[in-house]
Amino acid sequence: MLTVAATLSRGAWVLNAAFELPTPGVMALFGRSGCGKTTLVNIIAGLLNPDVGRLELDGVELLDSGRGLRVPAERRRIGYVFQDARLFPHLSVAGNLRYARKRADGPAYVDLDAAVQLLDLSGLMDRRTHQLSGGERQRVAIARALLSQPRLLLLDEPMAALDHARREELLPYLEALRDRLAIPMVYVTHRFDEVLRLATHLVLMEAGRVLAQGEIGHMSLDPHLRTLVGRDEVGAIIRGTVLGADSSSRLTRVRVGHGELNLQAPGLAAGTALRVQLLARDIIVSTQAPQYLSVRNSLAGTVKCIDDDDADSDLVTIDVGGTDILARITKAATRELALRPGMRAWALVKSVSLRAYPTSARASPTSAAVNAAT
Amino acid sequence: MWLTPDESEALRLSLIVATRSVAFSLPPAVMLAFILTRRRFLGRTLLDAFVHLPLVLPPVVVGYLLLTVFGTRGLVGAWLQSHLGVELVFTSNGAALATAVMAFPLMVRAMRISLENVDRGLEDAARTLGAGSIDRFVTITLPLMLPGILAGGITAFAASLGEFGAVITFVSNIPGETRTLPLALYTALQSPGGEHAAARLACLSLALGTVGLLMSEWFARRVRHRLGG
Repeated sequence: MLTVAATLSRGAWVLNAAFELPTPGVMALFGRSGCGKTTLVNIIAGLLNPDVGRLELDGVELLDSGRGLRVPAERRRIGYVFQDARLFPHLSVAGNLRYARKRADGPAYVDLDAAVQLLDLSGLMDRRTHQLSGGERQRVAIARALLSQPRLLLLDEPMAALDHARREELLPYLEALRDRLAIPMVYVTHRFDEVLRLATHLVLMEAGRVLAQGEIGHMSLDPHLRTLVGRDEVGAIIRGTVLGADSSSRLTRVRVGHGELNLQAPGLAAGTALRVQLLARDIIVSTQAPQYLSVRNSLAGTVKCIDDDDADSDLVTIDVGGTDILARITKAATRELALRPGMRAWALVKSVSLRAYPTSARASPTSAAVNAAT
Repeated sequence: MWLTPDESEALRLSLIVATRSVAFSLPPAVMLAFILTRRRFLGRTLLDAFVHLPLVLPPVVVGYLLLTVFGTRGLVGAWLQSHLGVELVFTSNGAALATAVMAFPLMVRAMRISLENVDRGLEDAARTLGAGSIDRFVTITLPLMLPGILAGGITAFAASLGEFGAVITFVSNIPGETRTLPLALYTALQSPGGEHAAARLACLSLALGTVGLLMSEWFARRVRHRLGG
């Protein structure tokens, strides 16, 4: 468990944030620029001193301002991947990696060869750092942080300086980090697609405060998220397990809640844990079992609640068997269907509008159990 | 060689004095540059001003002050002589001290400029990798401020070769001991019929300066290349 609490004021600006992350897990600190994400991460790393703060990682206290305890950054064993990589310009790539390995302390779980292989650096070892592309620089920075054998890895918008293609290139390396090494991570970002791909937990920040925090599926239903990601990106993120390929179509069958979804996710073996995003704007609600429709997916469930979305539309929460999904429908539709909490309802969604992301088995107790069972 | 014995003596002495001067003042200059750039403490402005004094004082005044402090009856001078047997007045060591004091501000200035350009984020990165403060200074800060150290050292070396006022005031003008190139040139100008000798010494100084400049440019380029600039 990672426990963080910090207060820091700088003139009128005040950071007052606290969160908890079950380890190993990936916590995304999500919010607009200037909301205090980087400040909070610097406090965790020990590069910045909060006015009042507490930090505990897997039972080890690293900061407790009440007792005057403050482990210096160089002894915290917390790795840090900076937005601007911060490779040492007077050393080669290999030199940068060795710098970290030489100073590593505590049990070693990543050796040089493993780090080089994991981040695909074998061709870059003799390069000077100014000869690297942006994506390569970040891969070296990640390997360097890993070689210090950290108990926790902080990543401060590692992809902010990269274009779309480089981002797509780097993301699989970060996913590999999450899935193959059981290292807890705190990932700062202001892009929700990165959260979807990487995070198991989410902290929403605004103006130095934590708006909401929790497990990613739970957070996907949080009303605060709407103000941060925009209404079109709102939608439930639910866990699923691949059942197999559908024989008659080229779709993959995925179990979610009590139902089943067919989606485009080629090449995934049965048993793979998935995270599926169902955008609220893509969901159609029916009060009868659907017939004669082209839609491939219908999940039966119960209306849990109906909330105002804006003047013309409602957000309907439907429990589809232990997991909730969100649907945005017009207020007129709510009236005509006479939707009320407790009613039976079917959520319909086209296969092409589903987004699926394979996740780690370690992400949470539930998905770990699913994986262990298969 | 096409130099007269007196000329090669003066050249040799100049090089020795300048080398010693730079060698002894380099470490304290690095320390002072670091303290003045990175630390905030009471009296920092005063210390900064004190270091820069030789730039604005007439060299004769610096020489005079050195005499009062490091002379045989000066506070430090007397102690050095009785405890360590080091004599500064009328010796080449004294000449090295005088040139070091005069060149010190130039050296510290060059180092400060380069230290200010060292990205402190890199030191933070080293910190998160487990490097303590001395480790960071030696492995990150020092190599990154190397261009400034080199520039400072070379500037100070050149200034030491040319220092006149403080040297002649503090250690006088003794052939073979303290008569460096500029002092020899001055002596030649003072003696009747010494114009020819003076011209030769001036040419020698000119050649030395040119070589120094070329070397410093070459060094700077190599370091820049190494740092990927």
